Amino acid sequence: MDIAVETRALRRVYKTRSQEVVALDGVDLRIGRGERFGVLGPNGAGKTTLIKILVTLLLPSSGAAFVDGLDVVTQFRELRHRIAMVSGGENVGFGMLKVKEQLWMFSQFYGMPSNPAKRRIAELLERLGLSDAADRRVSGLSSGMRQKMNLIRGLITNPRILFLDEPTVALDVGAARDVRDEVRRWMAEDPTRTVILTTHYMMEADELCDRVAIVNRGRIVAQGTPSELKQQVQQNAIVDIQLSPGRRLLDALREVDGVAGASVAEQDGIDRFTLLLSSDAALGGVMRIVEGSGREIRGLQKREPTLEDAFVKLVGRGMAEEEQG
Amino acid sequence: MSHPSAVRIFLKTIVARAFPRFVGSYRNRTWIVTETLLPLIGTIAMIYVYRALHAPARYLGFVVLGGVLLAFWQNVIWAMATQFFWDRGQGNLELFAMAPTSLAAILLGMALGGAYLSLTRAVTVLIVVSVLFGVAYSTSGILPALGVFILTICALYCLGMLLASVFLFYHREAWHLADALQEPIYFLSGFYFPIRSLGAFVGGVGSLIPLTLGLDAIRQLILPGTPQFIPLHWEIVAVVGQIVLYAVLSQVSLRYLERLARQDARLILRST
Ligand SMILES: Nc1ncnc2c1ncn2[C@@H]1O[C@H](COP(=O)(O)OP(=O)(O)OP(=O)(O)O)[C@@H](O)[C@H]1O
Ligand SMILES: [Mg+2]
Repeated sequence: MDIAVETRALRRVYKTRSQEVVALDGVDLRIGRGERFGVLGPNGAGKTTLIKILVTLLLPSSGAAFVDGLDVVTQFRELRHRIAMVSGGENVGFGMLKVKEQLWMFSQFYGMPSNPAKRRIAELLERLGLSDAADRRVSGLSSGMRQKMNLIRGLITNPRILFLDEPTVALDVGAARDVRDEVRRWMAEDPTRTVILTTHYMMEADELCDRVAIVNRGRIVAQGTPSELKQQVQQNAIVDIQLSPGRRLLDALREVDGVAGASVAEQDGIDRFTLLLSSDAALGGVMRIVEGSGREIRGLQKREPTLEDAFVKLVGRGMAEEEQG
Repeated sequence: MSHPSAVRIFLKTIVARAFPRFVGSYRNRTWIVTETLLPLIGTIAMIYVYRALHAPARYLGFVVLGGVLLAFWQNVIWAMATQFFWDRGQGNLELFAMAPTSLAAILLGMALGGAYLSLTRAVTVLIVVSVLFGVAYSTSGILPALGVFILTICALYCLGMLLASVFLFYHREAWHLADALQEPIYFLSGFYFPIRSLGAFVGGVGSLIPLTLGLDAIRQLILPGTPQFIPLHWEIVAVVGQIVLYAVLSQVSLRYLERLARQDARLILRST
């Protein structure tokens, strides 16, 4: 395999006045050229830290990282020609510039000849359906348009490796789909391009990534193709239960014999629990706990495993916030 | 892999970073008041103070030239030196830093984009006050004075780059320091009176600020009768020396502090 990114025992500690935070704790990764690689993890897992080290903005505390064969610590000047990064929700640039002006400005920091840069910008604006916004001021863009503009910024300079840190966070369904479609199209144009993206959205990782690493508390707890990861939960029964609000149940459910993982997400005043059972027999224990709590069952389904279920099993909890109560 | 040369990137970066500053001042014109009317009032107020004190007529010329250079000094301190501090807050700094360009070029571009504001301000003060109060200049000194002026501005921008790198790292402390030093610096660099009046020691300390000697040299050239601090040619040599000194120091410190910033996570905004 031709390697695009490699890390060895990568570790990063943040020191603040009051404490030390271990953000990455021995990360070993090998990402092949041409891969669409996803990094999945809950809040604070270390995803952004990993990206910032790979794009030369942050030094590792120990360990090593190579991008496109270059050491991120010592060969960062050469490396900076070959990479780009776009983060979700970023608000960069200058609000009073027009969209096309702002994109041109960033291309100049890479020394691109002006006219080819302008042509490329027009072409990418067209592709993302932003041609009409080319002359609008950056400050007047909707968040979806802004994020598409940011993605274009990352693509103008033809990076060998593109880093996307939660590129669709807080976007509506349509804008998120446009962003993902463009990433796919850009990758399809040249099989030697590589994308590394972090995300909170399982569906995004499942749909967009060839391979995924699941990160928790600064460590990689699993990696593989989405279907390999799903296979980890293939022998489990997946049960969704919807309950009326009530006292906290998650810990009790995790204690039940035969429950391999449990997560909950609140939606429209209903707590949606997802349980991974190592055998159907465990359902009896679960029902006893639920009935004992006095909470009302609003629905119960058994279904095929998803990447989210694999995540719950590996990390022990869901991607969404923990149960309130 | 072949890339555009470093020189090419450097020059393109200067132009590209000057652009938003330039466009911004065109699209938002409140600066016309803040950059011309207000400094004009400040300079005129100073002139009335000198009049009330019955200062010799040539002091009016000192005040005008001081007001001219003050415009550039404020651009360097409040726009250039603090630039990275704002850029980080916007998330721009990380994109500037991870591009294969130099932070020095970003700073120079930003300063250049703002220089014409300073120039407008300087020219307004120069012409309006000189005409209103009938300040006379020696015409033969004007061209050499222009040369000294350009050298002084170069030295000043090199100092600005040095300060910007210091701000990047010690932003809060640097902020307070710049604020606290503002008045003493106005005093030490003799914006409103000849530096000679400060005596050799204080004048010598003040001479570390590139404006001090440049301003004194310009005054000697076009306001005959200015008390001499040190001989004119030495002042010019000193300003050229400052260009070299501050250019080298700022490069060293930008590189050193960029590394330190990568180590201490100071280039990036904390996201969580
Ligand atoms: N500049 C910093 N100084 C101190 N601690 C930091 C800093 N940046 C991140 N951290 C801490 O390091 C850990 C990892 O943070 P990081 O931003 O890499 O996580 P993440 O996986 O990107 O999270 P999220 O999903 O919320 O974006 C967290 O505990 C965070 O609080
Ligand atoms: Mg993050």
